[in-house]
Amino acid sequence: MSNLPRPSKDTGWRLFVRTMVARAYPRVIGQQRQRWWMFFEVTLPLVGLSAYVFVYRAIGAPADFVGFVILGGAMSAFWLNVLWAMANQLYSEKQTGNLPLYIIAPNSLMAILLGMALGGMFATALRAAAILLLGSWLFDVKFTITDGWTLAGVFVLALCALYGMGMMCASLFLLYGREAWHLVHAAQEPVYLVSGLYFPINTLPHVVAIAASIIPLTLALDAIRQLVLPSGADGWLPVRVEMGVLLLLAFVFTAAARVLLTYMERLARREGRLTEAHG
Amino acid sequence: MAESLVALHRPSPWHSFRAGMWLGWQIESNWADPWVFTIYAVLRPVSLAGILVVMYAAITRGAFDSPVFTSMYLGNAFYIYVGAITSGMGWAVVQDREHYRTLKSIYAAPVMVPYYLIGRGVAGLVTASFSVIVILTLGVMVLGLGIGPGTVEWPLLAAGLGFGVMALAFMGLAVAGIMLLTGSESWALGDLLAGALYLFSGAVFPLDVLPSALRPIGLVLPVTYWLEVIRRALIPGDRGASALAAWTDEGVLALLAALTAATAIGAMTLFRVCERRARQRGLIDRTSNY
Repeated sequence: MSNLPRPSKDTGWRLFVRTMVARAYPRVIGQQRQRWWMFFEVTLPLVGLSAYVFVYRAIGAPADFVGFVILGGAMSAFWLNVLWAMANQLYSEKQTGNLPLYIIAPNSLMAILLGMALGGMFATALRAAAILLLGSWLFDVKFTITDGWTLAGVFVLALCALYGMGMMCASLFLLYGREAWHLVHAAQEPVYLVSGLYFPINTLPHVVAIAASIIPLTLALDAIRQLVLPSGADGWLPVRVEMGVLLLLAFVFTAAARVLLTYMERLARREGRLTEAHG
Repeated sequence: MAESLVALHRPSPWHSFRAGMWLGWQIESNWADPWVFTIYAVLRPVSLAGILVVMYAAITRGAFDSPVFTSMYLGNAFYIYVGAITSGMGWAVVQDREHYRTLKSIYAAPVMVPYYLIGRGVAGLVTASFSVIVILTLGVMVLGLGIGPGTVEWPLLAAGLGFGVMALAFMGLAVAGIMLLTGSESWALGDLLAGALYLFSGAVFPLDVLPSALRPIGLVLPVTYWLEVIRRALIPGDRGASALAAWTDEGVLALLAALTAATAIGAMTLFRVCERRARQRGLIDRTSNY
């Protein structure tokens, strides 16, 4: 018995990275095994955005507005992923009984959240690409990339800020029961409205646009439109400014997620709400 | 005594429907206090209406007195019923089977499941009606829609609403039947149907805008005629959906009634087939890592 090799135990940053990879893995592999989810997650936004495309056509909007809708539909995939697979995730884990295992295991909950975010980003990027390609093909939309590097920068910053927000919300939702599900539902259409998912953000009053800038989707969409639809995108703020704000949001949300996660975990332990299910 | 006990436990459509409706309402509403629930119930539909209003305003610079806008606004407002009823019934199967794990108990109880599920779907009717009223009020007060109690054709509205809700409930039953055979991976089937109805029924744009190959799909959907009846009842003289402009009010209503009856027969048949297969395959109490 004593001759058996002792299993290696990672600690410190190695454990952190392995935990991240382990949590990201099912996000990436899961969608290969659940083709129905992939089907629904591409088809549902496409059906929704098609209706908005026909609305624009019915009222004689310029062709670039169709591009707005396609881009909005693709970016909505990330927002839905942030809501359902990040913010709501720890609540779902509580429902399926996994959350206590996360707590018992000798790993960092922050690494689990980061792993969820990385896996979610990758898997959703595939879905968003599918929506973008199919939408562009169906409605004959031509995107013209004026500055590829800046576009890539905006996209990466947008994802960091969005998923940072998701991590922060996941920490907050740790305490919630059934209301978490409803709150996530309630954060869909109102965010689509204030972030200008299907129309230029500067159509809204400036006060609303400024308030909506706390949602990374708002500035990300405005910047991306300016970079791929230069003729139709009457940008709200210069792209560099929007990138700066997105960077700031990414830092603030990730730091807030770390602080809140520690606080909420302690609170949830004290109130015995980590193991409640079917609330 | 024995006879009265048998009578007491005999399942009836009405009791099953009522039980489903009561349970559906509790599940939908008792997670929050009434104020929070009211805000939640109104926030999503008002936001959806807001998206359309801003899209329209961005292009037309706020020409809200156009019949195109009125038709779009009304279609979008009443479409809330589609999501609430149709998606709600499919989702009820997943909830009962996998979340609350009570579907097998419901099947074991003296309950007529199709009527129970219709009750679960219709529970969303109250919330949806409240949202519709709020959106219509905002439309009249803020955007100046020409709708008033004196101009509404109430009998046409009541008949249209009645047939429409029945058609939606039976569509939801068809979705629920399919959900009995599939795992939780098909969670979005109801949403997909609702989305397709939004697109093909011309809820927010005239049917003529759809490519000609897709237009016939809209013409066989009861939702298309339902929304047309509602528009005509609220704005008498409105013939916004030009594909149906030649039809009289009575003609559209009759077509809606016929399509509702066809939907009811088709949905009941589909549900029975799916239910029988689900029982044979032991799927009534399965869980799929919900």
